[in-house]
Amino acid sequence: MSEPVIKCQSVYKIFGANAERMLKEANGNVDAKTFQDNGCIVGVNNASFEVSKGEMLVVMGLSGSGKSTLLRCISRLTDATGGKIFIEGQDLLNLNNKELIDLRRNKMGMVFQSFALLPHKTVLENIAFPLQIKGIKTEDSINKAMDMVKLVGLDGRENYFPRELSGGQQQRVGIARSLAVEPDIWFLDEPFSALDPLIRKEMQDEFLRLQEKLQKTIMFITHDFDEALKLADRIAIMKDGIIEQLDTPANIVLNPATEYVRKFTEEVPREKVLLIKDVMDETNSYDIGDLKVSKDEIIENVAEKILTQEKTVAVIDSKNNVVGSINPAKIINTVFGGRKNNN
Amino acid sequence: MEVLKKYPKLFQWLFLLIVFFALCFAIDVPETYKFIRGQAEFVKDPNQSAFVFLGKEVRYYAFDVFWRLPPLLGWLPIWINDSLFFLMNDWMPMEFWNEDTQEYKTRPLVLQITRNLTAFMTFLIELIREILLGGLETIVAFTSWDWIDANPWAELPGLPWTIVAAGSAILAYKLGGKGLAIYALLSMTYISIFGQWKPSMQTLSFILVAAPLSFIFGLGLGVAAFKSKRVEKGLYPILLVMQTMPQYAVLVPALVLFGVGDHAAVIITMIVAVPPMILLTLLGLRAVPPEVIEAGRMSGCNNWQLMSKVLIPTARRDILIGVNQVIMVCFSMAVISAFIGAKGLGFNLLLALNQLNIGLALEAGLCISLIAILLDKMSLAWANKQVDYFGNLNFFQRNKNSLFFGVIVIVGILFAYFGSIYFKDGYNYLFEVPHNKGISTADFWNKGVDWIFDTFFVYIKAFNTWLIVDVLQPMRALYLRMPAIATLVLVVGAGYLIGGVRSALVVCGLTLFIALSPWWDRALVTTYMATFGVIVSCIIGFTVGTLCFQNKHSTSFMLNVCDIFQTFPSFVYLIPVMMLFGITDTSVLIAVIVYATIPATRYTIEGLRSVPAGLHDAATMSGVTKFQRLFKIEFPLAFPHMMLGLNQTIVFALFMVIIGAFIGTEDLGQYILKALSDKKGAGIGLTLGICVAFIGLIFDNLIRTWVGQRKKHLGID
Repeated sequence: MSEPVIKCQSVYKIFGANAERMLKEANGNVDAKTFQDNGCIVGVNNASFEVSKGEMLVVMGLSGSGKSTLLRCISRLTDATGGKIFIEGQDLLNLNNKELIDLRRNKMGMVFQSFALLPHKTVLENIAFPLQIKGIKTEDSINKAMDMVKLVGLDGRENYFPRELSGGQQQRVGIARSLAVEPDIWFLDEPFSALDPLIRKEMQDEFLRLQEKLQKTIMFITHDFDEALKLADRIAIMKDGIIEQLDTPANIVLNPATEYVRKFTEEVPREKVLLIKDVMDETNSYDIGDLKVSKDEIIENVAEKILTQEKTVAVIDSKNNVVGSINPAKIINTVFGGRKNNN
Repeated sequence: MEVLKKYPKLFQWLFLLIVFFALCFAIDVPETYKFIRGQAEFVKDPNQSAFVFLGKEVRYYAFDVFWRLPPLLGWLPIWINDSLFFLMNDWMPMEFWNEDTQEYKTRPLVLQITRNLTAFMTFLIELIREILLGGLETIVAFTSWDWIDANPWAELPGLPWTIVAAGSAILAYKLGGKGLAIYALLSMTYISIFGQWKPSMQTLSFILVAAPLSFIFGLGLGVAAFKSKRVEKGLYPILLVMQTMPQYAVLVPALVLFGVGDHAAVIITMIVAVPPMILLTLLGLRAVPPEVIEAGRMSGCNNWQLMSKVLIPTARRDILIGVNQVIMVCFSMAVISAFIGAKGLGFNLLLALNQLNIGLALEAGLCISLIAILLDKMSLAWANKQVDYFGNLNFFQRNKNSLFFGVIVIVGILFAYFGSIYFKDGYNYLFEVPHNKGISTADFWNKGVDWIFDTFFVYIKAFNTWLIVDVLQPMRALYLRMPAIATLVLVVGAGYLIGGVRSALVVCGLTLFIALSPWWDRALVTTYMATFGVIVSCIIGFTVGTLCFQNKHSTSFMLNVCDIFQTFPSFVYLIPVMMLFGITDTSVLIAVIVYATIPATRYTIEGLRSVPAGLHDAATMSGVTKFQRLFKIEFPLAFPHMMLGLNQTIVFALFMVIIGAFIGTEDLGQYILKALSDKKGAGIGLTLGICVAFIGLIFDNLIRTWVGQRKKHLGID
């Protein structure tokens, strides 16, 4: 359990002819500008982090921030220029081709922004594809794929071709395909970005439902900050290849590390993101009323109740123990006041 | 000064033209100059100069270097020739087991390899030919003549024409639906009834071998080029030259290597048909979205699985368009390779043209065109057909076409059997209509030609004389009057003004190659004919294209017409023009114009169509009239694409000019034709072919560079 599933140690990805030599000479001090002058483009700059089992890390950044490149380094679709990447303790960059293929066939699944379905195969065949590549018998792979079709709610459409499906349905196929081999690690590269807003929300909820059931270790790429807040256990915000901040959604909203991160958090409706436990006082107040709220509630859901109290409200955990307290003024301050302090 | 600053390009061009004309006027025609260069290698003359390079003596008439450069590359054809002969006859002799004589025999390696290759090709062709027409060579290949003598029953019977016709209709139905099936049935029946069955099936068997082989090689090389940058870089120049090289020119070296006959024709066809297949494979594989490739990788594909299960199926459409191209090239080669003894319709066509029997030529040409259109439509239908799901069909539904074909085979055999009883003492028309026993329309056409000649002779002759005396001769004289140095300055200057130093250097190299070969004068004649054809084609194509574009129906009609015309093998174009104008330069030029007008029209229409609809609406909303819209919006935006059409027009025109040598011209093509019957012609033919290819590439380079810049400037791509 202590071993993280994904572990990156100062990973660099630099595009260009003499990338490796320049990286060596830079001595860990990579400056995008000097590299650019020498014809190299820095994709990922000194990324170090860990993802533990069952955790969902959302990497958020605008286009060109290197988030997709980082993901491709970890899935080794491109080779990192420097640094070390461990997948369940295995040194990824030292795997030979066969071991890498083995790893992908058994441990990894990936979902793509443009769905990346094979146009000449039906839904069922697309989902069965990784299984057949692995060499599983046709009948078994079709049965397994049929289970996946049901899991993503596409029953009845298994014999359609991708061209006959809507975007949302196509992405369901993509998700089913990536899950077919029952991978431990699940990569999602902007899976919902190409969808309409309504479908996107529906897919996000569906995705959360799936994750609750499957408990995969996930790296999820998005450019949508709201999406990141909604889904993430932890968020990494990237800019120009550098991870600006890596923290829980609440901490990012409450304590943005850099000016860049703060710009994202400014417009965020905090009451919808923060939980009671994020803003409560840990010490028990002496003047506690009768109302008790759970520490895992989103502020928005209980704000009205708390604000109508005159006294401080007790905060309890799942076992009904009082773990802290919160008063109406704190709620008001969190929702409306925080921004001013930062200006 | 103000004007000069405003239009700097214009003045640069003017300056270039002034220099060009100044050079033309400054350098006089040498007194001894007659239109002679190129005969140098045939005639020995005390007035000739000579030099020796790499042990080969080159003789030539020397002129002022400004007027004509000395043929410093004159040794190249001789050298190519000698190397080929050395390879074939003396290089690496080895012991080989001879099956027939049952002993070891010493043979040069290359000769052995090419002979084995041709034997294999011959076997393939014979196999298909005998399935279609019957025969015993295939059985002999597995047994021996003695065995055949002992077992006289052992002979492939050949399929009755009814089965082939119905079978092709079923295939057409499966690929393209009812319309195509009816077309297939009608054209096959026509071919049979008009007594062209045997040559048609010979041509078909040739294509059924050449096309799949070209496809396999093209696909393989395309995949290799996709996977390795180095392979791609190595292939690129060859592909470029092959695209503009006249197909005639490849015939000659292949003749030396592989001899005469269908097998050599198949190999040449492959040489010509593989490059477009490579290009389209590469294009298709490049167009596969990167995420699909990544999805394949993440599914755990190894390289082979990635290629065969992800990349190639995803690029299916482009690859099948490549197959379509391959089939088209095969048809035009099916005619051209008749020059080196390939049997079939092409051979008949050539023979008929040689005898000036226009009627027979027309019949053969019509059959070729019918089959070509059929295969073209079938392969296009295949490319555009989307995969269907078969899983939920039962055995009968899934195999209904094959079952139906089985029924047809049985019915066809029964028909042929009844036929053999019914037509007891004649030919069994239900089995095969013999070549000279079908309905022939040749006499009718021949009479028609005679009638046309009798009736319109005066007018045709007057037009002919006018064109030759007042247009062609002066134009030819002008081209030949250009001093070599002036041409070089003009071409290189244009290269520099369009594409900078790089372009200038490329163009300079290409021009110098031609100028230093012994055939500069001939190349000028080729260029003059092509230029004349291109100018007229462009005017016609541009006008017709623009007019047709005004209406949706006429647009699609015209594009269809272009499609069908493009399907005809190039040689077929010579038939009607010979019918009308006899054996003159006019015939060649008119064939050139008709042939080259196709791409000119098509690209004009496509260019105009590529103008974005948004711009169209924007222009309409600013209240432009139809003419204003055409001249201010559509032409400027469509122009780059139309220029690409010009590029194609030039290539088409050059091809036709070279093929026109068959009628009788005095340009490079004529020399290629001569090289065909020359024992030492291989080097000459190849060098001449390269010269023609380079003429095409000079224009190709200039136009493409210009279009690239223009498109960037306009922000379209």
